[in-house]
Amino acid sequence: MNLRSPGAKPTVSEEETVAQPEENAAVAGASLVEAPADTVAGEVVLRLTDVVKTFPGVRALDGVQLEVRAGEVHCLLGQNGAGKSTLIKVLAGVHQPDSGLIEWRGEPTTFANPQAAMRAGIATIYQELDLVEDLSVGENAFLGHEPRRLGFVRRGQMVRRTRQILGRLGHGDIHPKRMVRALPAAGKQIVSMARALSHEARLIIMDEPSAVLAHDEVGNLFRIIRELTAQGIAVIYISHRLEEIREIGDRVTVLKDGRTTAANLPARDTPTRDLVSRMTGRSIEYVFPERPAAGPAGAELLQVEGLTRAGEFADVSLDVRAGEIVGIAGLVGSGRSELLETIYGARRADAGTVRMAGRALRAGVGAAVRAGMGMAPEERKSQALLLGEPIYRNVTLSTFSRYARFGFTNVAAEQAEANRIADDLELRPRDVRRPVRTLSGGNQQKVVVGRWLLGDTKLLLLDEPTRGVDIGARAELYQVIRGLAAQGVGVLLVSSEVPEVLGLADRVLVMREGRVVREAPAGELDENTVLDLVMAGSLMEGAPA
Amino acid sequence: MSDATPTPTATPERPQLPAQSPPVDPAETAVASEAATTSNRLSWWRGDSGEGARRNLGLIGVLVVLVIIGAVSRWDLYSNPDWVWDNTLTILKLASVVGVVTVGMTFVIIGGGIDLSVGAIVALSAVWATTVATQSYGAGGMIFTALVVGLSVGVVNGILISYGRLVPFIATLAMLVAARGLAAEISNKQTQLSNNTFINNIASEKVLGIPLLVYILAAVVAAGWVLLNRTTFGRRTVAVGGNPEAARLAGINVRRHTLLLYALSGLCCGIAAIMLTAQANSAQAATANLYELDAIAAAIIGGTLLSGGRGTIIGSLLGVIIFSTITNLFAINGLSSEAQNMVKGGIIVAAVLVQQVQFRSITQFLGRNRLTSS
Repeated sequence: MNLRSPGAKPTVSEEETVAQPEENAAVAGASLVEAPADTVAGEVVLRLTDVVKTFPGVRALDGVQLEVRAGEVHCLLGQNGAGKSTLIKVLAGVHQPDSGLIEWRGEPTTFANPQAAMRAGIATIYQELDLVEDLSVGENAFLGHEPRRLGFVRRGQMVRRTRQILGRLGHGDIHPKRMVRALPAAGKQIVSMARALSHEARLIIMDEPSAVLAHDEVGNLFRIIRELTAQGIAVIYISHRLEEIREIGDRVTVLKDGRTTAANLPARDTPTRDLVSRMTGRSIEYVFPERPAAGPAGAELLQVEGLTRAGEFADVSLDVRAGEIVGIAGLVGSGRSELLETIYGARRADAGTVRMAGRALRAGVGAAVRAGMGMAPEERKSQALLLGEPIYRNVTLSTFSRYARFGFTNVAAEQAEANRIADDLELRPRDVRRPVRTLSGGNQQKVVVGRWLLGDTKLLLLDEPTRGVDIGARAELYQVIRGLAAQGVGVLLVSSEVPEVLGLADRVLVMREGRVVREAPAGELDENTVLDLVMAGSLMEGAPA
Repeated sequence: MSDATPTPTATPERPQLPAQSPPVDPAETAVASEAATTSNRLSWWRGDSGEGARRNLGLIGVLVVLVIIGAVSRWDLYSNPDWVWDNTLTILKLASVVGVVTVGMTFVIIGGGIDLSVGAIVALSAVWATTVATQSYGAGGMIFTALVVGLSVGVVNGILISYGRLVPFIATLAMLVAARGLAAEISNKQTQLSNNTFINNIASEKVLGIPLLVYILAAVVAAGWVLLNRTTFGRRTVAVGGNPEAARLAGINVRRHTLLLYALSGLCCGIAAIMLTAQANSAQAATANLYELDAIAAAIIGGTLLSGGRGTIIGSLLGVIIFSTITNLFAINGLSSEAQNMVKGGIIVAAVLVQQVQFRSITQFLGRNRLTSS
């Protein structure tokens, strides 16, 4: 399989490009492709060699190579969990790498904290902008390093310099004394960039900057990025949208499972097929339980018609039958979590109906639970668990009233039931009186799922059930989910990991920007097709220049 | 690109899960539940957590230290056992009214809220119960009025907070001002004497040598303990305060429960109003001044987490008793109440600092910091 694209011929200035270790290339299954030198002429400002960062139980970065030149837009591509966020945090000084080399402008460096990275000239614009809403534009731009004399902020100078920077960004129209709260999302992003420039940044990292922007605002963002790079500033650009990478990027580095699988691909003419395969070629095999041979279709359980919430999702119709696992694939921000919470009654729908077994549901979570729904929400710790409380109380959180008599709780019965669930799910450690806080992510998730095994749950809504769960516990959770379906429970599963949806679900819905764009039996879809649908369909239309 | 497609691999070795709620062998359940009961039996003073037990032991230690200080400073008094018994009853009597208010406050704080209006509710209930019109209905009418007024104001608080979505601090601050205003309006800023001997006797009556007020406090504390530790209401309180989003997504009606918590606090204020009226033989709009601060402070030094989700009734009771012991300590030594307040302030800070250190060591022990600081 030759992944070397015809447009990317190896060029003469090899000494400028990053040296790739042999074994990494071997793991990637193909040689790494280098960029033609004529597209990027600047000096190398940042070079990462074999950077490794481990967290307890996870190797978040497992040998990352990266080379960024002055004046280029370097795109980072990778699926969720590929290590992009960790890499950004290492560059921004939030995390320190365990091993490997970071060279910043030719000098080996480590950034002890975010301030050090900032001083060195690396600015990061996070997806959720870190601005103080109730301070002015100027105060935000110079937050923490205000021009001052004798301890007094020199407001006039701050306003003048902010105006100058905003002018450089082509946004002289934003007044430095305006409150940030009053600005639209695009304006806030400009303020974040102004802050980066106030630090004389030489490298600006942008984490999915287009995610918060409307379509026409993206063009303006690109114009600003071009002006920045024309001034010799390097930009690391992260986006899931391939067509954006084609338009603004110079070179692309692809990450998968914490490793660089391809470095310095030309952004404009590397075939999409190559990019996608570099992102997806798996080194970890997921183990999914076998689907039952197509038995008789279960009874109609959940029917959703024309469900809409303004700005989140529109006109979604779907149904789940008893014993069926329906998976929803989509990126963060595609509206899938919001859809799930709306079906569950935790959010109010603007339009549309939700029916359980033919009966329309009243608003509110209580009605949904009484109708037999259960949900394992996306944010386990903040949405599902009482971390300081014992395991058994978390397991019985939605059912403890059933064991109570005259309002008095029956702790013995609760513990017995929790013990049964703990045995079924192979919870470790087994003692149900321990606080949930002491459990690993996978076992915490078992507690959340186990909650709905009590009582008479007919439909289970699972939002990212394996996020932060290690490989072994994943396989167990898959077994649990399949086992539930085998007993006739309907499952509606949301995941941003495409293989998980394809491997576990019987039927798959693909969501993009709040709409269902495809529905098919899982067997009829493969990972590349789904990824492509999820990423704005750029594969179908070919690679735009 | 065959490696890019998912490979659903079967693992048939693993047994299928048993059905949800399968028929459980009754004998097995009985054994399991028996084991669970014996291992989970609670001592009366600790509530449902080991952390609470340790904290309450610490509070008892503080009480012992205060008694030793009293004995050392006024050995002439402490050497007389009869005086010590009487003084203990004095301390408990002093603690009784605020103690009842603190039980309600503890529920509100564990449930993630705060009630700044308790002092004002006590005053309003007491004033309403002692109007000439109410007194004409006798003791029963007065008690009924105090309880209903307290409960109603609590319900209004609850509605404003849970359905009006006001911040508890703001809603109850507004109620503090408004209820005192209404109390002043009803009483025409006069002190209203209670002419009902049954009510007045509540404060002076003793049963088996112990004042009736202390029995009332004990009854409210006992009821509060059972409610918090043994009922679904208590379980919901902890869930709603500990993680409101998780409680909501588990199907608990968070709003209704929040309303009930403020209603409970109001009801406690109604009980306290009767006790206070009995003690003073009168009521006025300015009565029960700053009770909200005493109750909050007692709950906090008793180990109730201001952010909700954690707290014990016994801890709050100990907090109230510690405060009244300090007051008593200053009184028997003839010291000013100003100095007393300074000491109380210091104790609040010290208690919270000690708890933070304890909590940190516990979380470290559980290995939580290893995960977050890596």
